[in-house]
Amino acid sequence: MNPLLMHLPVMPVAIPLFAGAIMLFVQDSRRTRAFIAVGAVLAQLLVGALLLYMTTDAVLDIWPKGIGVYSIGKWPAPFGIVLVVDRLAALMLVLTATVASAALLYSLARWDRVGVHYHPLFQLLLMGLNGAFLTGDLFNLFVFVEVLLAASYGLLLHGSGAPRVKAGLHYIVVNLVASLLFLIGVAIIYGVAGTLNMADLAPRAAQLAVSDRGLFDVGATILGIAFLVKAAVWPLNFWLPMTYSAAGAPVAAIFSLLTKVGVYAIIRVGSLLNESGVHGPFGSDWLFYGGIATIAFGIIGMLAAHHLPRVVAYSVIVSSGTLLAAAGLDLNALGAAALFYLCVSVLASGAFFMLTGMTERARTHFADSADTAPLPAETYGAFGSGDSDDPMDTEDEVGIAIPAAMAFLGLAFVCCALLVAGLPPLSGFVSKFALLSAAVGVAPTAQSAVHSWVFVVAMLGTGLAAIISLTRMGMRLFWSVMGRTTPRLRVIEAAPVAFLILGCVIMTVVAEPIMGFMVAAAEGLSAPQTYIDAVLSADTNAALAAEAAR
Amino acid sequence: MEIIFALAIGVLSGSGVWLLLRPRTFQVIMGLSLLAYAINLFIFAMGRLAIDRAPILDPGDVPDPTLYADPVPQALVLTAIVISFATTALLLVVILASRGLTGTDHVDGREGEA
Repeated sequence: MNPLLMHLPVMPVAIPLFAGAIMLFVQDSRRTRAFIAVGAVLAQLLVGALLLYMTTDAVLDIWPKGIGVYSIGKWPAPFGIVLVVDRLAALMLVLTATVASAALLYSLARWDRVGVHYHPLFQLLLMGLNGAFLTGDLFNLFVFVEVLLAASYGLLLHGSGAPRVKAGLHYIVVNLVASLLFLIGVAIIYGVAGTLNMADLAPRAAQLAVSDRGLFDVGATILGIAFLVKAAVWPLNFWLPMTYSAAGAPVAAIFSLLTKVGVYAIIRVGSLLNESGVHGPFGSDWLFYGGIATIAFGIIGMLAAHHLPRVVAYSVIVSSGTLLAAAGLDLNALGAAALFYLCVSVLASGAFFMLTGMTERARTHFADSADTAPLPAETYGAFGSGDSDDPMDTEDEVGIAIPAAMAFLGLAFVCCALLVAGLPPLSGFVSKFALLSAAVGVAPTAQSAVHSWVFVVAMLGTGLAAIISLTRMGMRLFWSVMGRTTPRLRVIEAAPVAFLILGCVIMTVVAEPIMGFMVAAAEGLSAPQTYIDAVLSADTNAALAAEAAR
Repeated sequence: MEIIFALAIGVLSGSGVWLLLRPRTFQVIMGLSLLAYAINLFIFAMGRLAIDRAPILDPGDVPDPTLYADPVPQALVLTAIVISFATTALLLVVILASRGLTGTDHVDGREGEA
């Protein structure tokens, strides 16, 4: 096989690592740094797209069954660490690179200058994200999650200011505790099953002695709780709205992916452990109830919030809850629709967060006045005052101010609102419709019928809440303030938002082939044996080949 | 040995959880450190407790697993120590920044009632 293709799966981890490291050495030149950063993100997008192409049935001779296994250092399967590219992982890679390129472009306008080391941190965050999606090893997953969290701490605090530090303190402590839970879960699972390779774990868990079974379930449950904290399930999500609304706009845009890492881990580990009948929060009723409670919490928060970034943050919670509820309801039936929804919701919330940064110009200036949002009443006051004395900095802005700035903002706002609420004609509608029709079609046993209808009602409720809340926000933003100064936009800020919205439009237009891919990805999840065989056999093959060569 | 080990983990994590729930940032960070110690010990114990056994196979010997300690938890615990150490250091910086910006060492950045 072509050596370049052979090493392709490790590239999404290696590229940002090296790009981030190199950037530390070229600190004085901002232009070079930006150049490296953009190049690295584009390279990741390219590699992600290539991997995505290779996991489809188009090139079966390279990776049979569309699953690529890369064993680091050629150590065979359960002993060495493997990176596994299947359809789901490749999809997440492409999604990450897409949102990342938009967020990076946006941040070049001004965000990368309000603090130090923005670009290296951004690359390390991408490395953690890509690694977490690719890895086939539980402890390695922990390490990558820690890498992305450590980078996210830095990025959250980027721009400084009391509100960010306050939000950051809570965010860091909550995530450290969750990481400790993660470690406990991993340690128990290793102590009982004797392996941390996810593919190796599944058959071993099925063969456990009955006496060990209880301990294994405890470990899996603790691990699941750690994932659920990352996925922001109620009641473990009180850190999220404050954190996401305090973060800078491009940082919040890329953060909308972080909760999806938790969802991804739950789906991935859940699908592998499902066959062995492990209890705990993986693929059980608990996941469904947690998801519904999260949706309810998100709806209430959306209706109560008075500040656009907070509304968007609550919509991230709602999308997390929807995905978890869908996974808990019936992953086999709802998997494809859920993956489609995941892509749309990440793109939409990414675009929305960046849009938020433009509509609330005051926030980007790390002014303490409008930034803080402790109480709704206070926020409302600060919101008005922040707009009137729009402190635009024009010192070194070289871009062109877009003429119809307000028209663009309004149009983008409407698009984002349609996507979040799931109204036609954009892809938010397609994804919600797919989820609803799949939920209604779930096998009609008595309990699942009740669950399906609860899910349908919750989904419709999120749409209604999003419309009410976003209409109110839109009226306040665009109609209520007379004689407000029109915010000046630069193309480099407007283009990423347009790019992400365009992505959603494309997902509407070519929904059928994309949905076909999602169905194939979901099939891989509901039949984990393919994944297990691919990982374990690839490495024995490699080991045999190495043995023969000796 | 198991009893003492288990008690040590229990005392550390119990104190850690209690301190974590306190309102002062210094208490929180102490609690996190204690919890991290407890969990590092716990990971270590997951390779079964053994005295005087090497984790590295002797190439000359016939490998008999009962004669060796499990090296994987030792490797895991090293990684976990490094990561928790680094993140705790980072948290310390944030706590100092929070102290400087808000003028209080309360975790919410303002004094609570009572």
